Amino acid sequence: MIKKELCKIISQEEIAKDIFQLTVEAEFVKEIKAPGQFVHIRVDKSFDPLLRRPISISSVDSKNSRFTMIYRKEGKGTSLLAEKGPGILLDILGPLGNGFPVDEVHEGETALLVGGGIGVPPLYELSKQLIAKGIKVVHVLGFQTESAVFYEKEFLENGETYITTVDGSYGSKGFVTDIIKDLEFDSLYTCGPTPMLKAIEKGYGHKKVFLSLEERMGCGVGACFACVCNSSSDINDVSYKKVCSDGPVFRAGEVLI
Amino acid sequence: MSSRLNIELPGLTLKNPIMPASGCFGFGREYSQFYDLSKLGAIMIKATTVEPRFGNPTPRVAETSSGMLNAIGLQNPGLEKVVSHELPWLSQYDVPIIANVAGSLEEDYIEVASQISKASNVHALELNISCPNVKTGGIAFGTIPEVAKQLTRKVKEVSEVPVYVKLSPNVTNIVEMAKAVEDGGADGLTMINTLVGMRLDLKTGKPILANRTGGLSGPAIKPVALRMIYEVSQAVGIPIIGMGGIESAEDVIEFFYAGASAVAVGTANFVDPFVCPTIIEELPILLDQLGYEHITECRGRSWQEHGQLTYHRA
Ligand SMILES: Cc1cc2nc3c(=O)[nH]c(=O)nc-3n(C[C@H](O)[C@H](O)[C@H](O)COP(=O)(O)OP(=O)(O)OC[C@H]3O[C@@H](n4cnc5c(N)ncnc54)[C@H](O)[C@@H]3O)c2cc1C
Ligand SMILES: Cc1cc2nc3c(=O)[nH]c(=O)nc-3n(C[C@H](O)[C@H](O)[C@H](O)COP(=O)(O)O)c2cc1C
Ligand code: FES
Repeated sequence: MIKKELCKIISQEEIAKDIFQLTVEAEFVKEIKAPGQFVHIRVDKSFDPLLRRPISISSVDSKNSRFTMIYRKEGKGTSLLAEKGPGILLDILGPLGNGFPVDEVHEGETALLVGGGIGVPPLYELSKQLIAKGIKVVHVLGFQTESAVFYEKEFLENGETYITTVDGSYGSKGFVTDIIKDLEFDSLYTCGPTPMLKAIEKGYGHKKVFLSLEERMGCGVGACFACVCNSSSDINDVSYKKVCSDGPVFRAGEVLI
Repeated sequence: MSSRLNIELPGLTLKNPIMPASGCFGFGREYSQFYDLSKLGAIMIKATTVEPRFGNPTPRVAETSSGMLNAIGLQNPGLEKVVSHELPWLSQYDVPIIANVAGSLEEDYIEVASQISKASNVHALELNISCPNVKTGGIAFGTIPEVAKQLTRKVKEVSEVPVYVKLSPNVTNIVEMAKAVEDGGADGLTMINTLVGMRLDLKTGKPILANRTGGLSGPAIKPVALRMIYEVSQAVGIPIIGMGGIESAEDVIEFFYAGASAVAVGTANFVDPFVCPTIIEELPILLDQLGYEHITECRGRSWQEHGQLTYHRA
C-alpha cells in the first residue's frame, strides 16, 4: 500500500560534498517490500517547486519505523530539502515501485552490486539484505571525484568494495566497467547513470542482471505516463513499462534503455 | 452536505462539481488505492485513440515555476482495450465517466466517439481538439474555428451521449472558437487545455523535453484559464467545465465566479493524490464562510449584474 504521510525528520547531515543523508520516521516503513523502492517527497508546502522529488530508500530500520535516504543537492527541490532539520515534518508518498529481487540469488552465490554516483544509495539496503541471506556481496562504486565519495566504510563492512573515480583522485581511475570485467559473480544488481547501465547491459546482459532506471516523473504512481520506457526491442511497438510503478528495477532486456 | 454541491449538466448528474482532468488520473486505477472513486463528481479519463499509442520519447515532463510542461503525446492503450478493460473496471464505482476522445484524422474521432459513447458508464464525451503534443490533427482541429465546428457536428451525429469540446488556449480568439463549436452542436465546453511552452537545460542549452515543446499546466496557468472562462461564459449558452491550475476549494469558487459550472483538477493530483476528496470536503465549509447555500450561486458572479446577486448573504 502506498501511503501519503507527514514524516518527522530524525536527522540530516552532509556526508560528502553536496551529498546529504536524511533519516525520517514513517509508519509506512512496514509497507516497504524490497530494496530499491523509492519515495516521492514534496519539499515545500508552496507550489514552487511544484512536483515531488523521487528519492530512493537507502536503508530501513523497521524496529524504529525509520528509513534513510541519501541524495545529492542539485537544483531547486533538493536544495530546499537540504535546509530541513530534525523535527520538521516532510510530506512523503511511499513506498513506490518495485525494488531489487533478493530471492534471485541463493546462499553461497556471489552478487555484484554496481553503483554510479547517486545510484549508490539503494544498493546499501540491498547489500544488507543479501548478506543476511548468506550471499557473498562484492561492491563496485563509481564516483566523479574524491569529494563525492560516500559510504565506502559502510559497504566495506558487508564485503569487498572497489571504488573508482573518473578523475582518479580516489580509488582507481576510470569507470566501474573497468573493474567488473575482472570479477566473478552469479548475479549483478546496478543503479546509476544511464550510460553506465547501458554499458553493463551490453556487456553482461546474458547474465542475471537487474537495473534500476531513472526517469523524470509527474505522479510517481503510474497515472500520468511521464516515465514510460519501451518494453520491446521493436521501437515501433507500443508495449511499454512505467519506471515509477513497473520499475524502477527491471531485469536486463526487459526494457530499452 | 453534498446537496449543496450537486450539479446537473447535459448528460451529467454530478454529486459535486469536482472531477480529475484527463491525462492526470489515468483510468482511475492508481488513485483508487488512495480513496473511493465514487466520491468524485465524475472522472475524465485519459485520451483514447483508435489504435494504441506509445507517445513521445522521454523526458516527457519538465518543471517550471508553479507549473509543469508535459509532452506525453497521448499515450493510451487504444479504443478496444479502453472499452473492454478500463471502462468495465471503472463501472464498479458510482461515478459518471467523461471519455476524452482524440485522433489525427476526422475518421479517428468519429470511430472513437461512436464506440466509446456506447459504454454504459460513459455519460459524456470530451472532444480533445486541443492537445499540443501531437504532430498531426489534435491542435489543428482546435485552432481553426470552421474545422472545429465541422468536427463537432460529425461527432455529435455519431455520439450517443452529450459532447463537450475541450478548447485550446493557444489561439488568439477563444470566444470565436467557443462560438464555432457551439454552432457545431456542442453540449458544453471544457477549458483550458495546456499552453505551449518550453524549458532549456542550463548545461546543454537544449530543450529539456525530448519533444522540445510541451503543454504548461498547474497553478501558473490559473489566471489565463479564469480570463478565458470569463470571456467565453458570457458569449455562449452552453455550460463550461473549467480547469487550469486548480488546487483548492478557493480556486474552485474562483472558477465558478468566472463562469464555470463544474471544474476539473489536473496537475494538482500529482502534488497531492488526495486533492479531489479534500476539495470536496472543504467546499461546504468555504460556502458557509462566503455565505452561499449552494455552489451554483457562485456561478458567473464576476460578470453578472448586481441585481442578480440575490443569494449573497455575507
Ligand atoms: C526512482 C528514482 C530514484 C532516485 N533516487 C535518488 C537518490 O536516492 N538520490 C539522489 O540524489 N537522487 C535520486 N534520484 C534523482 C532525483 O530524483 C533528482 O536528482 C531530483 O529529482 C532533482 O531534483 P532537484 O530539485 O535537485 O532538481 P531540479 O533541476 O530543480 O528538478 C527539476 C525537475 O526535474 C526532475 N529531475 C531532475 N533530475 C532528475 C533525475 N536525475 N531523475 C529524475 N528526475 C529528475 C525533478 O524531479 C524535478 O521534477 C532518483 C530518481 C528516480 C527517478
Ligand atoms: C501529464 C498530463 C497529461 C495530460 N493529458 C491530457 C489528455 O490526454 N487529454 C486532454 O484533453 N488533456 C490532457 N491534459 C490536460 C489536462 O487535462 C488539463 O486540461 C490541463 O493540465 C490544465 O489543468 P491543470 O492545470 O489542473 O493540470 C494533460 C495534462 C497533463 C499535465
Ligand atoms: S510518473 Fe506518472 S506514470 Fe510514472
